[in-house]
Amino acid sequence: MYKIIEKKELNQEVTEIIVESPLIASKAKAGQFVVSILDDTGERIPLTLADWDRDLGRITLILQKVGFTTKRLAALKAGDDIEHILGPLGHPTEIENLGEVYCVGGGVGIAEVYPVSRAFKDAGNRVVGIIGARSKDLLILEKKMKDVCDELLITTDDGSYGHKGFVTDVLKDFLEVIEKSTQTKYPALVYAIGPVVMMQAVSELTKVYGVKTIVSLNPVMVDATGMCGSCRCTVDGKTVFGCVDGPDFDGHKVDFKELEKRLKLFVTQERKVK
Amino acid sequence: MRTKTLKQAPLERAKNFFEVALSLPEEQAIKEAGRCLQCKNSPCIKGCPVEIDIPAFIKLIKEKRRKEALGKIKEKNNLPAICGRVCPQEDQCEAACVLNKKKIPINIGALERFAADYELNQPSAIPCLPAGRSFQQLAKILKKQEKVAVVGSGPAGLTCAADLAKMGYRVELFESLHLAGGVLVYGIPEFRLPKKIVGNEVEYIRSLGVKIRTDILIGNTYTIEELFKDGFQAIFVAVGAGLPQFLGIAGENLGRVYSANEFLTRVNLMKAYKFPEYATPINIGNKVAVIGGGNVAFDCARAALRLGKDVSLVYRRSEKEMPARIEELENAKEEGVIFRILTQPVRIIPDQEGFVKALECIKMELGEPDQSGRRRPVPVKDSNFILDVDTVIVAIGQNPSPLLPKVTPNLKTNKYGTIWVDDNFMTSLPGVFAGGDITTGADTVISAMGAGKKAARSINKYIEEKR
Repeated sequence: MYKIIEKKELNQEVTEIIVESPLIASKAKAGQFVVSILDDTGERIPLTLADWDRDLGRITLILQKVGFTTKRLAALKAGDDIEHILGPLGHPTEIENLGEVYCVGGGVGIAEVYPVSRAFKDAGNRVVGIIGARSKDLLILEKKMKDVCDELLITTDDGSYGHKGFVTDVLKDFLEVIEKSTQTKYPALVYAIGPVVMMQAVSELTKVYGVKTIVSLNPVMVDATGMCGSCRCTVDGKTVFGCVDGPDFDGHKVDFKELEKRLKLFVTQERKVK
Repeated sequence: MRTKTLKQAPLERAKNFFEVALSLPEEQAIKEAGRCLQCKNSPCIKGCPVEIDIPAFIKLIKEKRRKEALGKIKEKNNLPAICGRVCPQEDQCEAACVLNKKKIPINIGALERFAADYELNQPSAIPCLPAGRSFQQLAKILKKQEKVAVVGSGPAGLTCAADLAKMGYRVELFESLHLAGGVLVYGIPEFRLPKKIVGNEVEYIRSLGVKIRTDILIGNTYTIEELFKDGFQAIFVAVGAGLPQFLGIAGENLGRVYSANEFLTRVNLMKAYKFPEYATPINIGNKVAVIGGGNVAFDCARAALRLGKDVSLVYRRSEKEMPARIEELENAKEEGVIFRILTQPVRIIPDQEGFVKALECIKMELGEPDQSGRRRPVPVKDSNFILDVDTVIVAIGQNPSPLLPKVTPNLKTNKYGTIWVDDNFMTSLPGVFAGGDITTGADTVISAMGAGKKAARSINKYIEEKR
């Protein structure tokens, strides 16, 4: 049993819950995730570790109310229990002092780009954050991101806040300027997480400029310990397991099209329980 | 005459997930027990990986002392209700039975199950203990100070934990899934091994004093090193064969291609067959091909059948070479699984949305025997054909789980990723023992239990020598 200590609606689509879990909090690292099961009839779903407090023994999970289970989770209140949480899972993001790192997050992906940005910052990097949402009211974690980025750029699809357009538009502007300038250098790394189309667009863009890009994949999982293979993806022409080989992979080598298709595998079924 | 195991009628059972084999009625069990010759040298015991005193428990059944019969089994076997159901007795105790010379061995499996099922019908939740033991006596022997960690709660882990607890150790059993039981809960389907039975056996092991801790992935949540720091004197690693193998053909990442593990985990552990009452879905079309010829392939085929699908079992050799139990073959055939033998998949053909549209196969013929002694299948030239299916389940085996060795420095592994152990089940790390599928590769429930049992003895010896 894992008690919900605090719950916050970040906007109409996204909920933040803080859960008591000292073991996971003591081990969590940027880029890792957990699997939660609400109750006996629940499914196992992977959730990003958005934050953790080792002293208080708490972890922060941020969920987008898209499916049956995320809606049920988001409907819980402070004081309620989640029956099972397993973690931390997956390889942590490789954090080193590389010089300059761009951290790009889209939608609820900002929940994961935040701890990664913080870790890169703590390691001594200059961190440029580029975060985007469909509109101003859907943008999350702006303040937290500001605290860990040397420079933070914001985009909204509808132009209600920050730059009008996509995160890739801003990224492209940056890369174009660097290409033309003699005084600036390309970032050592671009780290991107968000919807598959966004990660694909970022990777295609950075490939043109030869900038190393890591993406964090979000395939369907069941056990999330390397046993079922539900999360298999193709990277560099080889089948990998998102849960134990990832979730971070070289964005230039990921077969995003396949991932997009595999994410739709249970759409028809999910409609039945909504 | 040998008493046959009773079963649900084939066409009936093919539509439900209730247990196929039924418990023997008492008079039949007593009659079958009466056939036992009570051989002095008891060859059957030597055929049992966990050394159950088979003639003794059979005698107790004959004398209508069913509870005592169960206690007798529990002296050696911690999971009798499970073994009575899933052990390949025909290769073990029953193969060794003297009456097997006349092809009428005692139905030891059905008798073990008869004894074990005694508990199912008892109103009291207090489990039956090994013969001659009471809870008071067990409490008295619980005097050892040493703690032992068991990693993985499948058959090897459960057995080792139970035996160590009976020796008086303080045992903590770690499981990464949300339920204890390992392959018994995620792998073997309800119709072969009801989950209530597994639950009962797990409760029995808990009642022996074993502390079961689910949702903990050793390697991630705790490392081996941290377990030692936490005061565990020895660790038994029984994390099983996890990593599913694929064929390596085109189209294996299409939608509705499943590993046996994924399909079975969704259906068994997560109860997708009760979707949407249970939230985990399974997307399976109408025509299913299961690739493989082992017990796991048959579990998949028969589970898919029960979901109301047409099921073909695609196997590259002939029926004779199938590694599955004959009983499974018979059950599957009776229920309506179509066998497509001497057939090898070549590629999976996609539709526009990225789902399975068909399976291209090639015909095979049998050549010379290979290393396994079975005749090697060789493709027949230009014999490719299209199998009309929309779902493919790949059940061709599993590799050992690589997770723990990867994060544990100096834990030596063999060529195929199994953990190396010496004759006493000790790994290259002092105090760390391992057994079951993680050391042998995929094998049976009972052989994993045998390993758990022997490892418990080695662990006891190791700790005593260190004292």
